[in-house]
Order: sequence, then structure tokens, then C-alpha cells
Amino acid sequence: MAKRIDVSGLSAFYGAHKAIDDISMTVEPRSVTAFIGPSGCGKSTFLRTLNRMHEVTPGGRVEGKVLLDDENLYGPGVDPVSVRRTVGMVFQRPNPFPTMSIYENVVAGVRLNGGRLRKAELDAVVEKSLKGANLWKEVKDRLNKPGAGLSGGQQQRLCIARAIAVEPQVLLMDEPCSALDPISTLAIEDLIGELKERFTIVIVTHNMQQAARVSDRTAFFNLAGVGQPGKLVEIDDTERIFSNPSVQATEDYISGRFG
Amino acid sequence: MDITPATAATPPPLPGGSQPAPAEQSKAAARAGDRIFLALSRGSGILLLVIMAAIAVFLTVRAASALSHNEGNFFTTFEWNANANPPVFGIAVLAFGTIVSSLIAMLIAVPVAIGIALFISHYAPRKLAAPLSYVIDLLAAVPSIVYGLWGALFLVPHLTGLYGWLNDYLGWTGIFAYHDGAARSLFTIGILLAIMILPIVTSVSREVFLQAPKMHEEAALALGATRWEVIRMSVLPFGRSGIISASMLGLGRALGETMAVATVLSPSFEIGKSLLDPGGGTFAQNIASSFKESGEIGKDALIASGLVLFVLTLLVNGAARMIIARRKEYTA
Ligand SMILES: Nc1ncnc2c1ncn2[C@@H]1O[C@H](COP(=O)(O)OP(=O)(O)OP(=O)(O)O)[C@@H](O)[C@H]1O
Ligand SMILES: [Mg+2]
Repeated sequence: MAKRIDVSGLSAFYGAHKAIDDISMTVEPRSVTAFIGPSGCGKSTFLRTLNRMHEVTPGGRVEGKVLLDDENLYGPGVDPVSVRRTVGMVFQRPNPFPTMSIYENVVAGVRLNGGRLRKAELDAVVEKSLKGANLWKEVKDRLNKPGAGLSGGQQQRLCIARAIAVEPQVLLMDEPCSALDPISTLAIEDLIGELKERFTIVIVTHNMQQAARVSDRTAFFNLAGVGQPGKLVEIDDTERIFSNPSVQATEDYISGRFG
Repeated sequence: MDITPATAATPPPLPGGSQPAPAEQSKAAARAGDRIFLALSRGSGILLLVIMAAIAVFLTVRAASALSHNEGNFFTTFEWNANANPPVFGIAVLAFGTIVSSLIAMLIAVPVAIGIALFISHYAPRKLAAPLSYVIDLLAAVPSIVYGLWGALFLVPHLTGLYGWLNDYLGWTGIFAYHDGAARSLFTIGILLAIMILPIVTSVSREVFLQAPKMHEEAALALGATRWEVIRMSVLPFGRSGIISASMLGLGRALGETMAVATVLSPSFEIGKSLLDPGGGTFAQNIASSFKESGEIGKDALIASGLVLFVLTLLVNGAARMIIARRKEYTA
């Protein structure tokens, strides 16, 4: 299921403003990679170039290559819609569809991708995905209640279930725990540990402990200055980044001596 | 259709009533100002209520007087001879014509308006969307008599082709049967009304669609939804109650439209078997067409029919409010 991501020479723009400059990195399949860095350095922007969501923003434009195994996501004739079906995304604020039930939320993407499935098949997908998102026990008796009626942490796990229900190759998460309490955060971190058996995971976080806890590799992004585009400073094994990074700026950022 | 005297009558909250004033002097002045303002707003509120009540009493009394003279059944008579002796009149034809033409207008206008609104809000590039919305808003400002003249001089002669085509393919249903003649039928009125209410339905729906939360559109996009699927999953569910409100605004206008209908329709007091038969009438058109030549009782009879239109509009509004209230589950 999981695929390797190979980024080379990638820059992204908002109109004339260059938000990230010339980023290259490799993300191994079945691993968790954390993106850290100060606010505004382009972590979200970069994440959104990995499933072609960046170009949805008015004026959004991308240069460079993103290879998923061997296929360039930005190659000619590649349909962004099909890219987003293989690269799933979880957002900062939980965003289940408010008029849909829990059940319908989980199968929303499956209905798009697979067209018509039989009821029994859908039921199986719902159970598998909710179990995968560690939510099954809590909601199995109220699958037909609105998804918006869950707590914030449950909603976020519902969004994860919705994303993994379509069996993507890669799962992108943009600060998935920043709107959640510590217990829900822990639940999602545990979940990430389980999900990496099946998916390639990239997570943006402002929480250093979280990056240290969940990720195998960590990438540090930084801004050269105000108005300058964000750059990748270094990417390395998480242990190394947090104990003995090769760039001084990384150490300063992690130890809180920054700016 | 949106007259709510109750809200107008409540005096607005007093400005500065409980605010601490910087100095004693200005405090006293503010109090005097408050008192004058309170008296003014209360007075105008009461005045408005009194005027409304007076109008209602006047209309009801006149209508009742006409009804007491009526020899026919007010609801079932296919006739409007309010000036004859004895007077005989009924609203059956008017009610049928009003409802049928408005329904036709809704069936045509609402889907088209939603389509245009979605195009402007979610498909068109910004350079095209802005002028397009401007033109649509402009169309809403065209006086209805202009639509009426255009309908009579352009639409009527040009619709005979469509009528023939409808007759060829749907004539067997009976309601689309057409035999030669001018296209001055309820169906033509429906088309004209559709064009007239299109702008208002479009611009209200467009505003609602533009407010659809980005985060739900992105949720759909990230699942691999096409643009249409994004609209179906996130924009339309959000906009549903807005679409209903927009349609009701349009329906209100269609039910009460006067000049355009009076200009195009050739009125008659019978209900044709086919929608394409010339003739029929609507409440508003009948009032406009027969008011001048009416005597005392004739005018009162028209007032009675106007009250029925008013009640009809109220019912439509109430129904829409109920539908919207029941669909409150959208909690973003
Ligand atoms: N929709 C947009 N239009 C224009 N510029 C944008 C837009 N979104 C982000 N930017 C700019 O792009 C740069 C990178 O923003 P981005 O959101 O990727 O940062 P981030 O690292 O995710 O920050 P945070 O940690 O606060 O989420 C910033 O300078 C920001 O001002
Ligand atoms: Mg961000």
C-alpha cells in the first residue's frame, strides 16, 4: 500500500510571492516523517504540494517534481483528483461533513472512488476504518447520528477514518492534534504508530515532544528572513535531530533558543 | 411579503441608557435625549401598528361587503361579473392561474438560477464572475412593465415554434396540446415570470454558495472529489436553506406580479384543458385589468380577491420557514 515520496527542486508560490524555495527530500514508505519549524515557514504549503491541494488556492502555483514511487505527481496529463485519491489528508481543524452521519462520513470518499458498492461492502469498510482510527468502540452504536455531534478528538479520528477508508498510499496530517486535549492527542499519536504499518505518513507539528514521540524522521524548515521563502534546513533521523543535529539553527529551534 | 409590523413596533434598545457618562452635565443631556428618542420610537411604532390595523379593517370590511352581495360561490364560481346586478364572482380561475403560472415559473427558474449561481461562485474565473453577477443584479432592477412589453412583443410571437414542438412530443398528455393561435397562455406567463424571478433567486443563492465553509470544500477535495462532487458534498448541503429562501422570494414575486402578466395574458374566465390554451387570469392581473371599470361592489370584490392573494403569500412564506426550521441540523 505505502509508497516512497521523492521531492526534488520544489518551489511553491502564492501569486508572485514565493512561499517555499527549492525543497528536495525523500520520505520512506511505512515511516512517519515530522515537519517542524517556525510559523509561516511554509510547512503547510509544502504539505499541500504533496497532494496537489496547493493549486486549489487562488494564485497557487508549483515548480519542481514530486515522485510517488516513480510517477511524477506534476507530470503532464496527471489528474489532480486521482492524486488526491492516493494521497489522503487530515486537517488542523476536524472537518467532518456536518449534514452526514458518522457512517456516511466514513464512506464519503469510498463512494466517490469506488462508485457503487453493496451495503455489506460499505459496512465492512466502515467497521475496518473506524477500527483503524480507534473510534469503533465509541461510535458503533450510533453510526447513523451526525458526525458533528462527536467531541473534537472523536471528530478528528472520524476524519482519519474517512481518509484511510479509501486506502491511500500516503497520509498527510497538518497539525492534527493542535485543536485537541492531551488525552485525545495521545489517542491520535498511538493511532499514528499503528497506521504507519500500512501507510507512509507525513505530519506537521509545533509540538517538539510529539515529533520526537511519533516520528522516525524529522525535517526542520526555516525562513531566511521576513518576506523570504521558507527552506528545508535539514532532514534526518528524529533521534539525531533531537540529540545532535548537524545545523546550529536546528539545535537553537529545538532547544527554544530561537529568533 | 415580508411585512412584520411586530418587529417594527418594538422600540430599539436605548443607546447609552446604562453607560456611565463622563460628566454630570452631559449625563442630564443624555437622559433628555434618551427620553425624546424613546418617545419618538415608541410613538412611531404605535403609529405604524395603528395604520396597519386601519388598513386591515378597511380591507376586511370592504371585502365582507362585496361577499355579502355575491350571488355565486366565492371559491368555485368560474365567473367575474362583480358589476352585474346581482353580482356574481369567484376566484377559482384566478387561483388556478396564479398558482399554475407561478409553479411553472419556479420549475424553470429555480434549477437554472442554481446553475448560474454555482457557475458564478464555483466555476467561473474571477474575471468573468464579477461582471456576470453585476449583470444579473442589474436584471433584477428592470421594471416589470418592460418585461411585460418584451413578453408581448417578442416572447409571444416567438413561442409558437416551441408550442408546436411541445404539441408534437407531449401533445398526447393533454396539458401540452396546442392548436393555432397567439401564445398568450398561462405557460407563456410562466416562462415570463421565470425570467423575471431568475435574477433574485440567482443572486441570493450565489451569496449563500459563496459562504460555504472552505474547510468542508477542502475536506471533499482532499478525498479526491471532482468539482461537481465538492459542490454536492459540501456546497449544496450548506446552501439548502438558502436555496429555499431564495426560491420563496422568487415565488412571492411571481405570485404578485401584475403589470407583466396583464400585458401579456389575454384574460378569460375559464380553465383551459391545456396549459397552452390562451386565456386564464391571475389575482394581481385581474385587479389591474378590471379596477378602472369597476363600480362600488366591483372594487370591493377585487379587494376580496386581493386578500386571498395575501393569505396565499403568507401561507407560502410560513411553509418555507417551517422547512428551513426543520433543516437546522447544519452545524458547522
Ligand atoms: N492563501 C494564502 N495566500 C497567500 N499567501 C499565503 C497563503 N497561505 C499561506 N501564505 C503564505 O505562505 C507562507 C507559508 O505559510 P504556511 O501556512 O505554509 O506556513 P506554516 O509553516 O504552515 O505556518 P504555521 O506553522 O503557522 O501553520 C507564509 O508567508 C504565508 O503568509
Ligand atoms: Mg500551517
